[in-house]
Amino acid sequence: MSAEPQFFDKPGGFVGKPIVRVEGREKVTGRAKYSAEFPLPGLTYGVLATSTIAKGKIMSIETAAATREPGVIAVLTHQNLPKLAKTPNTPEGKKDTGSQMGFMPLTSDEIFYAAQPVALVVADTLEHAMHAATLVKITYQKAAPIASFHDPKAELFDPQKIQDGKADGHIRRGDAKGAFASSAIQLTATYNHPVYNHNPMEPGSTTAVWDAPDRLTVYESTQGVTRTQSTLSAMLGLPREQVRVITKYLGGGFGCKGSMWPHTILTVQAAKAVGRPVKLMLTRPQMFTSMGHREDQTQTVQLGATADGKITSIVHTKTSTTSPWDNYAESNAKILDMLYATPNFEATYQLARANVMTSTFMRAPGEAPGSFAIECSMDDLAYKIGVDPIEIRLRNYADHDYSTGKPWSSKSLKQCYARGAELFGWSKRNPKPGATRDGRFLVGMGMATASYPVHNSQGTARARLYADGHAVVQSGATDLGTGTYTVMTQVAADSLGLPLEKVRFELGDTQLPTAPNSGGSVAAGTVSSSVYLAAQDVWQKLIKMAIVDKKSPLYKAKAEDVAVEKGRLFLKKDPKKGEAFGDLMKRADITDIEGMAQGKYGSGYEAASAAANADPAHKDEAAQHAMHSFGAHFCEVRVDMDLGTIRVSKWVSVMGAGRILNAQTARSQIIGGAIFGIGSALMEETVRDQNFSRYTNADLAGYHVPVNADIPNITVEFVDEHDPFINAMGVKGIGEISMVGVAAAVGNAVFHATGKRLRDLPLTPDKVLMSGVNS
Amino acid sequence: MHSDDQTPDAAGPLPQGPSRRSFLKQTGGLLGVALAPPIASQAEALADKMAPASPIISGQASMSLNINGQARNLRLEPRTTLLDALRENLDLTGTKKGCDHGQCGACTVLVDGRRVNACLTLAVMTQGKQIQTIEGLAQGDELHPMQEAFLRHDGFQCGYCTPGQIMSGVACVKEGHATTDDQAREWMSGNICRCGAYPNILAAVREVAGQQAKG
Amino acid sequence: MNNFAYTQAASTKEATAAKAADKQAAFIGGGTALIDLMKSNIEQHSLLIDINKLSMLGIENAATGLRIGALERMSDVGEHPLVVQNYPVISQSLLASASPQLRNMASMGGNLLQRTRCGYFRDTAFPCNKRQPGSGCPALVGDNRTLAILGGSASCIATHASDLAVALVALEARLTLESPKGTTRTVPLADFYKLPGATPNIENHLQPGELITAITVPAAAHARKSHYLKVRDRASYAYALVSAAVGLDVQGGTIRSARVALGGVGTVPWRVLAVEKYLVGKPATEENFRAAAALAVRDAKPYEHNKFKLELAQRTIVRALLEVV
Repeated sequence: MSAEPQFFDKPGGFVGKPIVRVEGREKVTGRAKYSAEFPLPGLTYGVLATSTIAKGKIMSIETAAATREPGVIAVLTHQNLPKLAKTPNTPEGKKDTGSQMGFMPLTSDEIFYAAQPVALVVADTLEHAMHAATLVKITYQKAAPIASFHDPKAELFDPQKIQDGKADGHIRRGDAKGAFASSAIQLTATYNHPVYNHNPMEPGSTTAVWDAPDRLTVYESTQGVTRTQSTLSAMLGLPREQVRVITKYLGGGFGCKGSMWPHTILTVQAAKAVGRPVKLMLTRPQMFTSMGHREDQTQTVQLGATADGKITSIVHTKTSTTSPWDNYAESNAKILDMLYATPNFEATYQLARANVMTSTFMRAPGEAPGSFAIECSMDDLAYKIGVDPIEIRLRNYADHDYSTGKPWSSKSLKQCYARGAELFGWSKRNPKPGATRDGRFLVGMGMATASYPVHNSQGTARARLYADGHAVVQSGATDLGTGTYTVMTQVAADSLGLPLEKVRFELGDTQLPTAPNSGGSVAAGTVSSSVYLAAQDVWQKLIKMAIVDKKSPLYKAKAEDVAVEKGRLFLKKDPKKGEAFGDLMKRADITDIEGMAQGKYGSGYEAASAAANADPAHKDEAAQHAMHSFGAHFCEVRVDMDLGTIRVSKWVSVMGAGRILNAQTARSQIIGGAIFGIGSALMEETVRDQNFSRYTNADLAGYHVPVNADIPNITVEFVDEHDPFINAMGVKGIGEISMVGVAAAVGNAVFHATGKRLRDLPLTPDKVLMSGVNS
Repeated sequence: MHSDDQTPDAAGPLPQGPSRRSFLKQTGGLLGVALAPPIASQAEALADKMAPASPIISGQASMSLNINGQARNLRLEPRTTLLDALRENLDLTGTKKGCDHGQCGACTVLVDGRRVNACLTLAVMTQGKQIQTIEGLAQGDELHPMQEAFLRHDGFQCGYCTPGQIMSGVACVKEGHATTDDQAREWMSGNICRCGAYPNILAAVREVAGQQAKG
Repeated sequence: MNNFAYTQAASTKEATAAKAADKQAAFIGGGTALIDLMKSNIEQHSLLIDINKLSMLGIENAATGLRIGALERMSDVGEHPLVVQNYPVISQSLLASASPQLRNMASMGGNLLQRTRCGYFRDTAFPCNKRQPGSGCPALVGDNRTLAILGGSASCIATHASDLAVALVALEARLTLESPKGTTRTVPLADFYKLPGATPNIENHLQPGELITAITVPAAAHARKSHYLKVRDRASYAYALVSAAVGLDVQGGTIRSARVALGGVGTVPWRVLAVEKYLVGKPATEENFRAAAALAVRDAKPYEHNKFKLELAQRTIVRALLEVV
């Protein structure tokens, strides 16, 4: 069979087990240090002053009152902030700096969006800085802003490419429009989505310390220390190794901490200007205009099908708002392209520039809104021809990836449907919409398919094994709370044959081996593969030592004849012949030995074993497969049609996502994604005033994320799935798929409860209530 | 006829009789909280005799806060919140800043045994009160049962809301507001968790409530 | 926050005198509303007068009803047996407010003085007549989904945010106010609040230096059979889209007295006398509730995004009334 690392499945291993988080104790005692929590000598406080208008020019800046305040050290504006070596203000600059936004505030007098930073006040205390920031008086020449693509003044354009050129703005397979026009069933529906904000509980924060005039340390709340380092070094014109970025604990991210944003470099510049460390934590309102958002968008799906419900064609269009400089749009179309057996497909994007900061990736970018559209339309199709929603999905089951024509590396979707239906009690569902009551409530059950790709990624890890039987394993990854510390400790312990408590896993520092951003669900797969392979590197070195060591029982054995299990090296053919690594190392008088390796998407088990056998030149088969995780969500809602309120009363998610590294943290992640999706379905919405292009609810009282009382018990299961192609560990990643299809499952349940199809998110009481009012 | 007939004239005697009785009964019986009205009334009586008016604190002033059983002396302006005093002046960063406006609960601490939002509490107003933060919950290496339960049930992911959730959970159980799942959900709704650990938080709080009910 | 001074008043006399002497001074009780507003730079005060040592406590039965000291905390009142049993609408309105932590902090008097959640008021970058008289009201043609359909003016349609005030207005509560001169007066809560008119910055009839010291609520049969229903965007920890405080005295199937007030729809807590009048003398049926509720929004003026409140307000009243029969 494959060279899958079998020992992970043997009794006594840690991988896959519901191990309590290794960093949990630090978190429940309050000792875990997040990026704004490092007390440094001479620390000062930075606070941003932001623009009150959304478009125009700064005519004058009056800083005297702020400067006079006690404790104020500097008031920095575009007029006196140290200049950057490179800004993202040009397309090349944006590319070179790897910036998400093609504009850096405080580099000019122009105002492009509301709450754009216009000054940074540095003071000796937080109180002084906060108050002084309110005293910076700016005179503007105002211009009328464009608020969104809905704005009559907005000009729609075809971007050709979206996501800054990374994705096609046009996708065409077959003749989708022609096939739709000649289909027996033609469904057309439009879906509207508001602006969403990530709102991690920890606001974006930066603590910048210049250790020398050309050496910088930044404690940063980022999902990727490496990406932050590279952007900083490009903007500052410093070699990368002279910029150190540290993120030991991260208070959530969900995408908004995946790039380096203006406040970070501004804090660094401020620290330069005042010659002291500066700490800046964004305020909650500033979080809505400092680290991106999910763009407001509308999408139309034309779904053509045969009379028995087989899809003939999908035509998808999306229109959304983008910033004055960036062609950013989530690529919704990709999930519509691959989710079902769709012979003809066409997708186009339209953008409109408005006075908003750039939008950015937010948990399941593209898949989250895209799945709402396709999964609600699939539900429509099911009702249209009178079959069960699961049955319609099975009739259109894609036995390969229609978007690429490639076979799946693995797919357990049918098991997810079946098991989910069983756990949920789907068979008890009355198929008729609006027909199930519980007292005042209409009860509805809905489901939706989930899928998320396994993105291309690579990273490195280092394992240092000590002769006394402990190890330190390192990778410059970050832990958003998803469990990176814990699962990597598990993988390292199993790979090195050590007890958990003898392994320390270190992350979140650019001085460690480079790892990818924790985003796009790549961290678990890439970093665990790196850790596993780094351990294999250690064993290869020890095997080489043993076979030339006259005192070793393995002396003169061939390297490929030696195996390792639980820290013992032995002959495969004669397992009694061998020794523990500690004995070997002590005899050689070495205290520790280090292994290093790079884990890659697509290296597969074959390559893993190749690496373990020190023969990296193994054929890479991965590129011939389409790689996705799949799953199904099941939702029950109770709708009060009189008052318009919806409560989710039951939830089941079943996922096939390759190897699950920790049953407990994985379950938590799926629950978290479901709740994130329920929030997007029922209550979350950032409202932008259409005249001022400024948000009217930019705080956590106005932007509603779910609270405990909104959430029922949630059941999560994983299908046992082994994927021989994706990476050395067979891990697909679960951060994003957890929320894909969630909003659709809610919307489908609401339709089943009420017979009303609601396509404008979020489904707040006003919309529900008005859907039932005959007008 | 009018209820103002019962209202005391400020200059006259205070309605301490029924008022104090009902207050004590209520605080002692329902919550067991030791806010002592007799002290308040004594202070008032005392101050009434003492002209001129009470001192005004302006600018940085010395104050002493009792935090986790320890007196901590520091100099703060009146505008410094308890949250910023803890985080920026005392390096007690376990109490988190999530919104700074009472909209998320990340800063939840106990003051005289009651859960409050430290972000909307002025440090100067907590003098003479017992402040308990997440750092003061464990007894040395022995975790509080709520901390243990959060670990066991994975009641968090990123951990940023966790200290606030735990302090709120401790208070929720003590208040008697964790006797059913629905009740605990409602009474834990002042603490937002964006990672979405709610079902696990609920399990932790309910488990501790069950342990304490059994005694 | 600006750098204010702080003093702890030892008596109401001292507190009110200090406030009367300084127009920029403010009382601080729980601080949940005040510190929030000051942090947002919506209010600036030179001096905060801490009133927490004043004797304004007590939850007790007085001869004509309930008397609550203004410094009692929302959580203590909300769970007090006297209130729970005899004035359930008050208890429910309190426990549906804010969060457990905020209810532990916020005083009853302070709750009644909380200011609107209108997004334009809350962000100093917007014009707002309430915050900056004469600057304009972008809400009229902007994001007004959560704003008022009753009691608005061309200057302001900001919704009153208190749940408690809705319950208290329904039950004809009165405030006891103490002046710097040491005199007290009582005013019906319903008359305490001021409609925005052309001066939305003035929200109530407090005189300079005046302090709310107590709340009194008449005992009544309709208070014992009362209910607070709050409709909001999430299950808890959110302001009302619409709420209804109702009380009914039904004898032999006939309504003897009724009290109905609305929250989330008015610029002040909105008692609907026409609804009450319609109900009295009629059988307590859903049909009559519906007919009565229709009268609640007769004079309503909805805006682009809050039309739903016309319907929701009526349904909330009906549902709340159904809860008490």
